[in-house]
Amino acid sequence: MAGGHVHALYRHGESALHGLLPQTKIAAAFLFVFAVVATPREAFWAFGSYAFILIGLAAYAGLGIKFVATRMIVEIPFVIASLAFPFIAGGDKVTVLGIQLSQSGLWDMWNVLAKATLGLLTSIVLAGTTEIPNMLKGLDALRVPRVITAIMGFMIRYLDVVLGEFRRMRVAMRSRGHDPKWLGHARPYAASAGAIFVRSYERGERVYLAMASRGYAGHMPRSTIEPAPATQWLGVLAVPMFAWLIVALAWWSL
Amino acid sequence: MSVPTIAVEGLGFSYPDGTVALHSIDLHIHPGERVALLGPNGAGKTTLILHLNGIHMPQHGSVAVSGLELSRDNVMEIRRRVGIVFQDPDDQLFMPTVRADVEFGPRNLGLEGDELDERVDATLETMEVADLAERPPNHLSFGQKRRVAIAGVLAMEPAILVLDEPTSNLDPASRRELATTLRALDTTLLVVTHDLPFALEMCPRTLVMDEGRIVANAETAEILRNDELLKQHRLELPYGLSIAVGD
Ligand SMILES: Nc1ncnc2c1ncn2[C@@H]1O[C@H](COP(=O)(O)OP(=O)(O)OP(=O)(O)O)[C@@H](O)[C@H]1O
Ligand SMILES: [Mg+2]
Repeated sequence: MAGGHVHALYRHGESALHGLLPQTKIAAAFLFVFAVVATPREAFWAFGSYAFILIGLAAYAGLGIKFVATRMIVEIPFVIASLAFPFIAGGDKVTVLGIQLSQSGLWDMWNVLAKATLGLLTSIVLAGTTEIPNMLKGLDALRVPRVITAIMGFMIRYLDVVLGEFRRMRVAMRSRGHDPKWLGHARPYAASAGAIFVRSYERGERVYLAMASRGYAGHMPRSTIEPAPATQWLGVLAVPMFAWLIVALAWWSL
Repeated sequence: MSVPTIAVEGLGFSYPDGTVALHSIDLHIHPGERVALLGPNGAGKTTLILHLNGIHMPQHGSVAVSGLELSRDNVMEIRRRVGIVFQDPDDQLFMPTVRADVEFGPRNLGLEGDELDERVDATLETMEVADLAERPPNHLSFGQKRRVAIAGVLAMEPAILVLDEPTSNLDPASRRELATTLRALDTTLLVVTHDLPFALEMCPRTLVMDEGRIVANAETAEILRNDELLKQHRLELPYGLSIAVGD
């Protein structure tokens, strides 16, 4: 889809996961991530089971290895940061290939990597099967305050518009001979960021006028919410329940 | 004669920086009329229409909509009666989906449930955008955005629909299709435009504004035949076109 970076997180599909109501999916994803975080780091088998569940769901929803892998890229900064732990942490040392590594540092690295990866994977499965407007509806259904969902909606709605303005401004600069090669050339960018801010502010005013003209009086109307049937809640929440069972087992078997 | 949908008497307005945008404007539009408002850039057209729904309050004179005089206490009712579609549809479409956007106004009027759905479906149908209902507005074509923006305002069932330059940025085919759709509406219409052939096609009557004043008020064909008047107020028909006598 052309210029579809806003939807880049979503993959169109017909799976049952796509068809679920957003509020059940969002609630399940949150509870699942909490379970992952609450798991003791020594319970390798527990993390293995979580990964198995998530990969299974991703495959079932038809997300594909490439789709998931490219969206995992955002984790790289965390990976790099956590790679330093074994070198900088103190305490008992182990020798691996002649290098002295901190034992607690290694555990920290594993803990961060495993939990961040599983958390990210959960978000990818959620976002990959739920379109943005539905995500907002789901948050609405979960009684997230309307101001928050409305602001999120505005951000998503206007991100494209503002990025488009920035892109056009950059093209205009290039067309008049500006060729940014190193940082010293960044000044015009800074100036254009200022211009974009002013334009965005003015757009904000115009949007407000348009809202006022259609009867806005300080309260965003709630969207029509389709309540999820109890069977769907039970079915979907079974996944995080299972994860919490694993958490309990993992702590018990320590 | 019926109560005019819009009655503006002696309206004057200046911006805080001192620019006098409107000098003593008189304007009447009756139910069922379709009126074009022409004038060069900076004539005060947008300033005038922002008075029709109380975004600006009159500094001199008065504005009445279907007999109700605009005041601070009744702006909400006035806004329900006067539907304005602004120039840039990106400003107008702020909700996550087309349907949510068209619902915005009617919800503010307190509509819910089946009544809301029926209203929204009917309006989407009228503007021929029913197939776009679940799409986010971000990736619609400009012409589609414009139609959805009009639908959002039309869904409030205003007594008068005010369009600010509805044909700007439309390709000739979209422009023609929009004219066809709009002509099929039985709403009272005020169209601000620089597109003279569009005014001729859509609106039997035309007002010309310049420097904050209404300088002409007549049948559209008559105004477009008056070369003197057009030239004086920087209005031009597209190159090579003229209006045939007796049109
Ligand atoms: N916010 C503002 N502050 C000060 N002056 C303004 C403001 N908005 C408009 N004006 C001035 O008021 C006058 C009328 O402007 P207006 O926007 O109503 O013209 P217009 O007929 O809609 O023009 P266009 O065809 O370009 O849209 C102009 O001289 C303009 O510069
Ligand atoms: Mg204008």
